[in-house]
Amino acid sequence: MSTIDLNAPGKELLLMGNEAIARGALEAGVKVCTAYPGTPSTDIIENLASVAKSMGLYVEWSTNEKVALEVASAASFSGLRSICAMKQNGLNVASDYLLSLNLIGIEAGLLLVTCDDPSAHSSSNEQDSRPFAKLADLPLLEPSTFQEAKEMTKWAFALSEEMGIVCLMRGVTRTSHARGNVTLGPLPPSDGRKAWFDKSRQRNTNPIFQKHDQLHRNLIRLEEIFAASPFNQYIGPERPDVLIITCGSGWLYSQEALELLGLEDAVGIFKIGTTWPLPTKIIIEKLAKTEKVLFIEEVDSFLEGNVKELAADFSGQIGPKTFFGKRSQHIPFFGEMNADRVIDALRKIFNMRYQARSPEYEAQAAEVAAKMLPSRALGFCPGCSHRASYWSIKNALQLDNRQGFATYDIGCYALGRGPAGYYLLKTGGAMGTGTGLASGFGKLADFGFAQPVVAMCGDSTFFHAAMPALVNACYNKSSIVMVILDNSATAMTGFQPHPGVGRNAMGEEVAPVEIEAVCRSFGAKVLVTDPFDLDGTKQKMLQALEDPVGAKVVIMRRKCQMLKGKEEKPPYKVRVNPEICIGDDCGCDRLCTRVFKCPGLMWDKKSAKARIDEVICVGCGVCVEICPEKAIIKEEM
Amino acid sequence: MNPQKDSYNLIITGVGGQGNVLSSQLIGQAFVHKGYFTTIGETYGASQRGGSVMSHIRISLKKQLSPLIPRGKADVIAALEPVEALRVLTHYGNPETVAIVNTRPIYPVDVIAGNEEYPELAEIKKSLETLSRKVYYVPATDRAMEMGSAILGNMIMIGALLELKLLPLRIEEFRHTLSKNFNDKRLETNLKALEEGSKIIQA
Repeated sequence: MSTIDLNAPGKELLLMGNEAIARGALEAGVKVCTAYPGTPSTDIIENLASVAKSMGLYVEWSTNEKVALEVASAASFSGLRSICAMKQNGLNVASDYLLSLNLIGIEAGLLLVTCDDPSAHSSSNEQDSRPFAKLADLPLLEPSTFQEAKEMTKWAFALSEEMGIVCLMRGVTRTSHARGNVTLGPLPPSDGRKAWFDKSRQRNTNPIFQKHDQLHRNLIRLEEIFAASPFNQYIGPERPDVLIITCGSGWLYSQEALELLGLEDAVGIFKIGTTWPLPTKIIIEKLAKTEKVLFIEEVDSFLEGNVKELAADFSGQIGPKTFFGKRSQHIPFFGEMNADRVIDALRKIFNMRYQARSPEYEAQAAEVAAKMLPSRALGFCPGCSHRASYWSIKNALQLDNRQGFATYDIGCYALGRGPAGYYLLKTGGAMGTGTGLASGFGKLADFGFAQPVVAMCGDSTFFHAAMPALVNACYNKSSIVMVILDNSATAMTGFQPHPGVGRNAMGEEVAPVEIEAVCRSFGAKVLVTDPFDLDGTKQKMLQALEDPVGAKVVIMRRKCQMLKGKEEKPPYKVRVNPEICIGDDCGCDRLCTRVFKCPGLMWDKKSAKARIDEVICVGCGVCVEICPEKAIIKEEM
Repeated sequence: MNPQKDSYNLIITGVGGQGNVLSSQLIGQAFVHKGYFTTIGETYGASQRGGSVMSHIRISLKKQLSPLIPRGKADVIAALEPVEALRVLTHYGNPETVAIVNTRPIYPVDVIAGNEEYPELAEIKKSLETLSRKVYYVPATDRAMEMGSAILGNMIMIGALLELKLLPLRIEEFRHTLSKNFNDKRLETNLKALEEGSKIIQA
């Protein structure tokens, strides 16, 4: 349903921030687009992939973010504009090359977009990626509105080209993954440019000192350019009592807070779109006209620290200021911004009252919230193969009886750290971490370590970062059990294909990389199982756990139900026979609903028996095997 | 609908897999088509995985509003699940908020497991009514199942919502948006569900 390639200048559309970025790239004449998927950034490249053919682009899902940046760089070196997108954690992966690429420089415009996830809605942390711009001495832009996301993207390519360096842009969940009005601009005609690498010139970091020096000279020039940028904007009185300095999502929240408090005549808002290097001249001008400054930004105190540094440099000219923000604890150190947080900070600064609702209403709402709202813990989808996989792994580890546990990385299966995976996952962190940790645990036997460790890994994660960890385990003779949950997609981010799937972002059929062949070539022993075969999977797990030598890989393979459900009808109609279900009297402690916990099952309080929720059940039939009384019945559809 | 009112805050809430995100996107498109500044803030990172899903849809003729509604500022709440209506009201509701609620519960995993209680529908209704000006109940999932698929519950809810005329968007205008997004069979089914929702309110 993508509309980002509409050739209709002036037309106004509802676009997601990420779609606006993709459109901006098209309006700038981008040719090569790369990413590894990661919420909230995925939609940028996904949308560009959907118009790759019509717009004459090359788009790829790279195996990881560092490779994505390298592929985009090759295009830039050859004279083609390129965009590379990733989530905040992805920039950590790409940073190894980025910290050389800053010195190496680029040819055609290269925009690196990072989308951060304040409040970690879909992430393992809420890392602020902006310090990378400062670290790499590269320009950083932050859009505040959907329209601006498009305009800024377009401009970023020109800026990158003019300066000969990568331009960074940072979105956050509420700018990238929200939707708003965007008026389209013209799409450029194809320039038919031929890609070509000028081999008379070497592209590397040498001479390092000169190039590092040049990066800092660039920053001085960038400050001048930024001082004149329309992306930096002020609204409010000439001499505000309090000046809000903000960026990104804070721009709209701040305006709303002032309106709700009626403070529009007392407080000014200075929105900075060019957040590194800061446009010193205009910031100093604004600071000179106020005594008090409040910083509104997500998530760390990036503006706050950097503006204070400027205020110290120019203290003789602008005089002393009082600063409010995270350091003063007017704004919490964690979590995403909203208008209420801005209101709260201003209320304290102005010592004023603000009540969103009457105390009576608040009391009633609080009572309801405390007593009537069951939590909605995240679990696997109905019919998800991971539930079945975890079931068998749990049972195998119990039978093994050596206090075994599991390690993990990033993906749907990381939900296994909670009740969905019987709390089997004990430690993890980054992409591929589970296998790296297991490789380490597996070498501790000489120090008395005797617990089996199972490294849980996804199929896409395997290609991203787990392969080096498995090689490490094989090479260093570590005894590990690695489970690869192969569901034929990068499921967590919306089912993007990966090298094992047989299809790429351009929609081309490609020979799938066989995970088992890769593992065997490293020297690992490989077992393959269908997780819906509960007993067979448990036996294979036991076989792997009992083998004391080397790396054992158990591939649990079944297509993601979210994909399967779109392609196929449910295989079974499942029901509970109330005559057979013995309810609370069952000696199993309600394996079906209390332990297995598929959301397609429910507990009928009146009859005190299990039931199938026909709205939720997808008819996978796995629960039939769980019930010791055989009360759950599946009938072929 | 107050003719003086410029901005409206609508929340569509429910559980992952109920079609919340698509509904908000379609409503948003219809408002942009009408010339409104429209902002949608969605939380759907875990949309397929049993979590609560909420979309804030904010419209104004004057300016682009932020993607998150401030505390207590929801005008209308359309809930695809009853407890989710209550959850949203406790934070975003006020005595003037109008709620329209699908009466079919989706039980959280911890309720299925017996660790937590799902309140009786009668209790939920009482609390919904305490925290709002008016509540409309729609058996959207039940009707959708009769029509062939639970997923149509979202379109039935939109039909009911628009029929209440709480927002400056007519059902004909929304039909136009649907026709631009769906083809043939899918369009026909969704239009029928929309119609069904509006009939429930008329009855």
